[in-house]
Amino acid sequence: MNIHVSEAEAKKRAARIGLAIADGDVHPALPKPQAIYPYLSQRWRDHMDTYGMIPRHQYQAGPAYPKGNPDASRRDSYPPEGGRPGSSLSFMRAQHLDPNNVELGILNPLAPTPGNAQNLELSAALATAMNQWQLAEWLEPEPRLKGSIMPPYEDAAASVEEINKWAGNPHFAQILLLSRTAEPLGQRRYWPIFEAAANHNLPIAIHAFGYGGNPVTSGGWPSFYIEEMCGHAQCCQALLASMVLEGVFEHFPTLKIILVEAGFAWLPALTWRLDKHWAKFKGEIPHLKRPPSEVIREHVWLTTQPMEEPDIRRHLKDTWDWIGDDRLIFATDYPHWDYDDPIEALPIRLDDEPRRKLFRENARTVYGF
Amino acid sequence: MTRHVVATIDEIKPGGRKVVTIDDREIVIFNLNGDYVGILNRCPHQGGKLCDGVVTALITSNEPGQINYARPGEIIRCPWHGWFFDLRSGQSWGEPDRIKTRNYNVAVTGGNELVEGPYQAETIEVTTDQQYLVVET
Amino acid sequence: MIRGLNPIDCDVHPNVPGLKTLLPFMEPYWADTLVQRGMHELDSISYPNNSPLTARADWRPETGKPATTLEQLQSQLLDPFGIDIAILNCLYGVQLPFSEDMGAAYARAVNDWIVKEWLDRDPRLRASILIPIQSPELAIAEIERLAGDKRFVQIMTLVAGETMLGRRHHWPIYEAAERHGLPIAIHAGSSYRNPSTANGWGSYHIEDYVSQAITFQSQLASLLSEGAFRKFPDLTFVMLESGFTWVPAFLWRFKKYWRGLTMEIPWVDRSPVDIVRERVRFSLTPFDGPQSEADITKIFEHLGSDELVLFSTDYPHWQFDGNDPLPPGLSDDLVRKILVDNPRQTYARLR
Repeated sequence: MNIHVSEAEAKKRAARIGLAIADGDVHPALPKPQAIYPYLSQRWRDHMDTYGMIPRHQYQAGPAYPKGNPDASRRDSYPPEGGRPGSSLSFMRAQHLDPNNVELGILNPLAPTPGNAQNLELSAALATAMNQWQLAEWLEPEPRLKGSIMPPYEDAAASVEEINKWAGNPHFAQILLLSRTAEPLGQRRYWPIFEAAANHNLPIAIHAFGYGGNPVTSGGWPSFYIEEMCGHAQCCQALLASMVLEGVFEHFPTLKIILVEAGFAWLPALTWRLDKHWAKFKGEIPHLKRPPSEVIREHVWLTTQPMEEPDIRRHLKDTWDWIGDDRLIFATDYPHWDYDDPIEALPIRLDDEPRRKLFRENARTVYGF
Repeated sequence: MTRHVVATIDEIKPGGRKVVTIDDREIVIFNLNGDYVGILNRCPHQGGKLCDGVVTALITSNEPGQINYARPGEIIRCPWHGWFFDLRSGQSWGEPDRIKTRNYNVAVTGGNELVEGPYQAETIEVTTDQQYLVVET
Repeated sequence: MIRGLNPIDCDVHPNVPGLKTLLPFMEPYWADTLVQRGMHELDSISYPNNSPLTARADWRPETGKPATTLEQLQSQLLDPFGIDIAILNCLYGVQLPFSEDMGAAYARAVNDWIVKEWLDRDPRLRASILIPIQSPELAIAEIERLAGDKRFVQIMTLVAGETMLGRRHHWPIYEAAERHGLPIAIHAGSSYRNPSTANGWGSYHIEDYVSQAITFQSQLASLLSEGAFRKFPDLTFVMLESGFTWVPAFLWRFKKYWRGLTMEIPWVDRSPVDIVRERVRFSLTPFDGPQSEADITKIFEHLGSDELVLFSTDYPHWQFDGNDPLPPGLSDDLVRKILVDNPRQTYARLR
């Protein structure tokens, strides 16, 4: 495998990008699953060795739907020293942070995701371990990176404890949940997490994926990975509808959420549908006093990757305008295979101001940096 | 049209590849079991370097569930988003007429012919007893 | 008349007044045991009887369910709207029972009731064949039983059933549909074999209803990915009460992933956008769209074709007030296509 990160090339790239950018979705990885063991007690190391994590799907290891690439990663993202893509800080600097001018990279670790573990005690132990690991191996060594507090989100009480533990630490920028929870995310069992987030003024990022045990469609389990991948946009629509309709944002008026890695072009149609039907169902949900579009406009941000690609590129600009250019946060998803490149991914030309918002200002606003 | 001497034939084994730079353009040369082909080292989608891609076969289907697996080693997937390109034509899978990567003829030529020119061979020392790969741009 | 035209209404919902109405159409065993067992109505939670969605206020009778008689349909819809042809899509829940045989018994009864009480009594009416999709075998038997009656113009199923609609489990049904020149209509609603949203059971009726449009996206992905369009080249799929403003964004995303994952579904060997434009149609209501004419125009631009949308009132569901469900800003040409040309083009039996 050739590795193309010569210093000269990196400088050229950085110069092309011009401004320092924020990346709303960077995936650090453990070089191998056992790399989390130093952060787990002997009891949980033994448990992991003997029983594993037992996620809410069929396989001991690997995803429910085999990915399109090993580790779902760019083929050129394997660190020269070995290990999984995203596991080497020095290579992440050389391949991504430096050449792409990243001044703020938000880390969203995915494996293991504590919320995926059915054993709630293990889930809590993994959460603490992943947070310690981020701090020690990524956040303290690299000030450009900010972490995600990973709560064991199917257990709200333990999640609040975990969030309280880290919320004051300036290395952490947000609280991270995955989109496929055991129940729709607006439901009461998750409210203590929202309350903790609001109390600490931390945004909640909801990253696509995860295993909540429900089929990825409400019509059952599909056959193919491509359906699962497209399905993440549908899961995010469902969870956003749930949060809006349950009145989460009425109850926590300062709560900010960021939908990560689900694209964004689906949002206007969902919002129109919510508005249209809210008007006739007010009697069922009297707690929702405003049109859903207003609630969404006020509380929801989205990272742009994987950016939708219409055949006629300017159509995406219409979507952009419908959502509002202060709500979209650029993200690469480095080192994953559906990576959006800061130079190449944008199918439309943006003026300076919306470009600055997309690549920098919106992230700084929502994260408060 | 300019012809560029880029390598001796031994440098790229069957199944192998080599990146060469011609006039600031990176071109990847592949050896498809004795046939040499070249493509621009840049995916037309978002610029992924195709030299880092993994090759596969031409996978087609006449009806759902039925698979034809042909020409192994002759289709490359972009290392980024996994788009498929035919190394012989540069055409993408699915929309071959709409999306393609630039491809180049690569000829095998004897050193004795090359010495007579006109060829660009700045980086390769040519001897009459060797076979060379010559890219046309 | 709407905009000077007599439209073809592709989504009209007559209601079964109650099980009693169906008993004369049932075989003796079913008529007996359903009563013996105190069977409740097959009224789906998708449309609670008294929900504002389920009937527009001025279409709701003082007692009982709306749209249970031909006279109501004629006086509330066919005559005032100048409907040329109305396609009856009865939503009585023949897909709800877990028992395949029971589902089939209900489907036969409802279909026969539709013939006798509706189709035989007004020449403007056409209908969908309801099928017990719980069992492809029994579904096909029902199709074969009725396909000879040309007033049945399509076959209908709910958007969420036993398993994904693209899966080969359903292909024998599609084979029969294609053979008879009958489109497959997929209507909002679920038999609730799976939770009502992709993240589990929602809390509210509105959540269920909003999520229907999300389920349509998943099912379109299934039909594409499994190669149903490739396998049945002459079969049209009609999405009813699906909304359609979600279609462009869905296709942008699906096509993007298709490019990198063709090895998984190589039978999809041309642009999924083109496949959908050629083979899938969407009913007009509910129009879950923007307000301004300029934005509505953009929606149709993004769809990339004037031929995708079929006129529907969704009677008696409450999707609009007054006598014109069309969104503003459509050209006369597009209006004519939606009201008349596209339905005729879609339904071989209306040509």
